[in-house]
Amino acid sequence: MQATHAIPHTGVHVEHHEDAGFWRTYIFSTDHKVIGIQYGVTALGFLFFGFLLMLMMRWQIAKPGVSVPLVGPLLERVLGNVASQGKISPDLYNSFGAMHGTIMVFLAIVPLAFAAFGNYVVPLMIGAPDMAFPRINMASYQSYVGGGVIMVVSFFIPGGAAQAGWTSYSPLATSIPTNGQTFWLVGMVFLITSSLLGAVNFIATIIQLRAPGMTWMRMPFFVWAQFVTAFLLLLAFPPLEAAGIMQLMDKVAHTSFFLPTGLAVGTLGNISGGGSPLLWQHLFWFLGHPEVYVLILPAMGIVAEVIANNTRKPIWGYKSLVYSSMTIGFLSFIVWAHHMYLTGMGIRVATFFQTTTMIISIPSVIILTCLFLSLWGGSIRFNTPMLFVMAFLPMFGIGGLTGLPLGFNFSDLHLHDTYYVIAHFHYIVAPGTIFALFAGVYYWFPKMTGRMMSEFWGRVHFWLSLIFMNLIFQPMFAQGMAGMIRRMSDGGANYTAAHNTAAGAEVIGGLSDNLMRLHVFIFWAAIGLGISQIPFIINFFWSIKNGKPAGSDNPWNATTLEWQTPTPPPHGNFAKDPIVYRGPYEYSVPGHATDFTPQNEPDKA
Amino acid sequence: MEIPYTVEIRRDTGLYNAKVGIWLFLASEVMLFGALFSSYILLRVGAPEGYWPHGWLTVWLGTLNTIVLITSSITTVMAWASLKMKNFSGFKFYHAITLCCAVTFLCIKSYEYHDKFIHNEITLKDGRIADGHLIKKTADVVTIEGHFVTDRKELFDTHNGFFGPPKHGELEIKTADIAKMSNYGPAHHTYNAIYFTLTGLHALHVIGGALVIFYLWAFGERMWKTDPERFTNRVEISGLFWHFVDLVWIFLFPVLYLL
Repeated sequence: MQATHAIPHTGVHVEHHEDAGFWRTYIFSTDHKVIGIQYGVTALGFLFFGFLLMLMMRWQIAKPGVSVPLVGPLLERVLGNVASQGKISPDLYNSFGAMHGTIMVFLAIVPLAFAAFGNYVVPLMIGAPDMAFPRINMASYQSYVGGGVIMVVSFFIPGGAAQAGWTSYSPLATSIPTNGQTFWLVGMVFLITSSLLGAVNFIATIIQLRAPGMTWMRMPFFVWAQFVTAFLLLLAFPPLEAAGIMQLMDKVAHTSFFLPTGLAVGTLGNISGGGSPLLWQHLFWFLGHPEVYVLILPAMGIVAEVIANNTRKPIWGYKSLVYSSMTIGFLSFIVWAHHMYLTGMGIRVATFFQTTTMIISIPSVIILTCLFLSLWGGSIRFNTPMLFVMAFLPMFGIGGLTGLPLGFNFSDLHLHDTYYVIAHFHYIVAPGTIFALFAGVYYWFPKMTGRMMSEFWGRVHFWLSLIFMNLIFQPMFAQGMAGMIRRMSDGGANYTAAHNTAAGAEVIGGLSDNLMRLHVFIFWAAIGLGISQIPFIINFFWSIKNGKPAGSDNPWNATTLEWQTPTPPPHGNFAKDPIVYRGPYEYSVPGHATDFTPQNEPDKA
Repeated sequence: MEIPYTVEIRRDTGLYNAKVGIWLFLASEVMLFGALFSSYILLRVGAPEGYWPHGWLTVWLGTLNTIVLITSSITTVMAWASLKMKNFSGFKFYHAITLCCAVTFLCIKSYEYHDKFIHNEITLKDGRIADGHLIKKTADVVTIEGHFVTDRKELFDTHNGFFGPPKHGELEIKTADIAKMSNYGPAHHTYNAIYFTLTGLHALHVIGGALVIFYLWAFGERMWKTDPERFTNRVEISGLFWHFVDLVWIFLFPVLYLL
């Protein structure tokens, strides 16, 4: 090979060693592990922020028009009129709703599941010294922070943040006369850029930088999951960017891509006409649906790793997992319009998307089944990561199965836009993905810091979270099936039976009092969920310095390569370049001295 | 620490890292422009009968720009080939032409944009429509070079030839008679909207690609001397991007100018 290349290109990285100084080491680092931690901490912050928005919304739903306790005066001071007397006005409720969705999806879960764990773990798992493009990696994080700052700043501009939901349907999004939506769109362009840079980097790294012997079918499933996820981000996000550009044109250059002819909002707009609101929905959901799998696939990857490690046996059906995740990747591009059954797009189209939607549930079920079967006959260690993973399986099962009635268009007509939908996808993402992410935090924490998180407080965190998650989301199924619509700032008070009778309206039925009382119940459950995160937060920060020392580089006795490095791994990762001799899950191999055989352990023969 | 395969190729994939990266990036770009082209189709198909314009752009300018970009693609290949043959001055020569082409393209494009922004459709209070290019605008008189039509539909199916609309005389219109005046900017019609969005995004790509090529052209000599292999790869990568930008235009030209 060419000997000349070495000089200029190592020059870029030399200054990153111990003497690099605070800024180059922690803020403008090109080390994948530092970037992973940056992503992780920022995303956990956003996760908490999104949760607080939700708490305030739940208060408003439970007690419509009552000023928010504790933070009410603060809201009024900071946000002004929209929170006058500390009450959450409908406009503010809409802003919170839109931003809760946006923040949770684009600023919390995806960065945490894909960027944080992916950055930290993937290069280690495949035996690479770093990502393929370290500086692009840094740019990805900076772009993410830029997008986050724009989103947060939009709360404080006149009129507040975007109000048209995280889906930003036109013409509503275009015709709300404030600039929140414009900020949202610009912020999204930053976030899309960030994920584009990340996705290119991940795929190139996995293709190019696998250690010698790390063949495709020896990659841990987590790497496969990230690989498919990266392709989804790479190919599904650009259409949303195109849509965002067009909506931005609608907002600032007064075009009418998404505004139909003759639309009147207040007065007749001075617009060219001929646009199509459905076009936005198609482009949005072309991202939106693969995005769902972006949220879940990395979580499944974490689950597979933790299960293999704690059952002390190989994952059942490794190849099925790999091929299923690829199938999910392909199919996720042709199911998007099942979000649009109510738009009048035609029965044939609806039937097509209904069919593909049912087909895509097959690989998901295969994955979940493999993970369940992996438990069979294992001598399971019930530590905190394993508990979270064990809860993930049924919780994700509930989320997935309740999705079927939404995938059939005849039953979706009834359930569309009700609390049932909210309950369904939160079961996927909250006790599903987030539990897997917690498992990942507890599992890889010792590699990142050299110390374990407290097992006792981990269990407290787990059991309380599990209980309260279910108390929050289970009642929503009932509310939704009774016809309670989402996105109403009074929680549906105008649709109660009592309200209908009082108004003398000729309406039969209405939402019963019992259903309305569930709002209060859910609010207290949400408070409970918030309180049960306190042990986690304290445990997380306290354990960095004071946790029990991990004792070795491989405290869980794991086989995959990330545990065969020094702890925490230095810049460049491996003490000596690893060579891979075997598959990722060689646990309890008969005749072997220990019950695990690391991937880089040579054959004795 | 050193990242492998930044210059030399990996045996089993046959590629160096950056080449994998740029192809992935281009795949993403295909989806970006693909979405916009799909939107174009949807908007065009959904437009009311007879209200999708034909002949609003000047074909010969578009043809010229097509030739300019194809030329630049050829010189881009030649610049890279020169480096492969260890001929740095050849690289300088060919990429100088590439950069000239890029600038020429942008100049022609901005002339076309300007032409659209001074082009006005004026609805008079008596229902007639005047259409033409603005020459002068004062407080009470608007002077355009154009013509009157009675039915707005006439404006949508112009039979302009290769060299654009025929020359019209000057018209003076009193401001008091004007009901509505709008230029052919993005807000004029959905066609203009998608035209400006697509070509604007493409122009941004041209600017970005030209900046990278300019950087390599102007400041590349040092790296060429220390690490020629890596420099050649960089030129190849930027060239791949440039070809993609040209390819987008090859689709844009017929879609927007001819169909």
